Amino acid sequence: MTRAALLVLADGRFPAGGHAHSGGAEAAVKAGRITGASGLESFCRGRLHTAGLVSAGLAAAAALGMDPAELDAAADARTPSPALRGVARRLGRQLMRAARVTWPSAELDALARQFPKGAHQPVVLGVAARAAGLGAEDAAYCSVYEGVSGPATATVRLLSLDPFDATGVVARLAPEMDLVVGRAVEAARRAVHDGVDVLPAASAPLLEIGAEGHAGWAVRLFAS
Amino acid sequence: MTTATTGGVRATARISARADGRGGTALPVLEGEGPLALRRTRAAAGDEARVMLVGAMSGPLGGDHFTVAAEAGAGARLHVGSAAATIALPGQAKGGARYDVRLEVAAGGELRWLPEQLISAAGSELYVTSRIELAPGARLVFREEQVLGRAGEEPGRLTSRLTVRLGGRPLYDQEVACGPGAPGGWDGPAVLAGHRALGQVIVVRPEFEERVPEARLLGECAALTPLAGPAVLVTALAGDALRLRRLLDEALATLG
Repeated sequence: MTRAALLVLADGRFPAGGHAHSGGAEAAVKAGRITGASGLESFCRGRLHTAGLVSAGLAAAAALGMDPAELDAAADARTPSPALRGVARRLGRQLMRAARVTWPSAELDALARQFPKGAHQPVVLGVAARAAGLGAEDAAYCSVYEGVSGPATATVRLLSLDPFDATGVVARLAPEMDLVVGRAVEAARRAVHDGVDVLPAASAPLLEIGAEGHAGWAVRLFAS
Repeated sequence: MTTATTGGVRATARISARADGRGGTALPVLEGEGPLALRRTRAAAGDEARVMLVGAMSGPLGGDHFTVAAEAGAGARLHVGSAAATIALPGQAKGGARYDVRLEVAAGGELRWLPEQLISAAGSELYVTSRIELAPGARLVFREEQVLGRAGEEPGRLTSRLTVRLGGRPLYDQEVACGPGAPGGWDGPAVLAGHRALGQVIVVRPEFEERVPEARLLGECAALTPLAGPAVLVTALAGDALRLRRLLDEALATLG
């Protein structure tokens, strides 16, 4: 494996479509629950320990070579909002297109054939990490970082928040990202033996409810 | 049997429901224990058996471990309620309390699990796991409500994992964690945003295989969503238990 491959996969400019999504920040801004840097930090922290942990666990498990179809079903069960299930599959399909060209692999081809409409994004991310010669921890880091930096970047546009403040939020969460990656990878290693039920399932009710509302808006800046 | 040690109370209650062959439901097993007493009460419908869980002691307290197991066989209709809210309290024993719910429904069976709220009192620490195994063709209504703190007090530490499997495959798997010491941001804008009552209702019906209700918002902090299977979830946040119950009842009523 090469450390540079990790940077390629984690780069916000990797053409996987993530920039069009706010990770629920747009709905939270509209509802008045994020009004500045401190609200953004609290939002990102809550997201990191819930949806972020779940995604990282799935990505790590996929990177360890667990059956992607089983992981995809586990992702569905952990995503009660149909709007968010749709978003996860669209992002999975976009990531799949970019990853297959970047790191051609039989496992990615097989996953693309099995899920023509897209598998859940963290599952594709884990398989892509394998194709890039990366490990479970790398996949979890990519997932966790994207899950925090996405809403932070989006909030810069939504609130005209100072980009330095937004980056400060992401940097302050770094130690907690390490913690979440550790928990996700540990659970993924157990899941290899004990099955997908031991993967994290932390829920964020307002992200799920907010996503359903957001999906119905006529005009919005972000796709989710 | 109930065992009380310095480590807390361990108690198990078991309910088994079977079609009685005359259009009704029999309860061949109805065994309460210690703080978990069970009473058969009058059913609203003739073919249903109704059981009330009656708390005979307070708790769960720190160190306690309660288990409630219920199963409904083919053709059986079982309704389980509780006489009062369950209050998680701090105990003399070290460590948290556990409350495990294990439910099983066979094809053609129905379980309506509609207990009162779980209240997480200040200083308490409780870990709840609810595991529900459904056979294809089973029917389920499952409600759980968590109230964070009694009136005007800080909540305790509460973790509640709810897993529903249908035909051995995961249908729903979510864990709520809140209160002092919970992972950061639990009360923030992505998770609870200051709400002190949260609840879920899961409804599983075989006919949802053909046509499942569409997703819709129920006010600002509640939604009804179809799951990836013949099931819908109502999830709601509210300022207090009363408003939460009203939201959940209204949503249930729209499902007919």
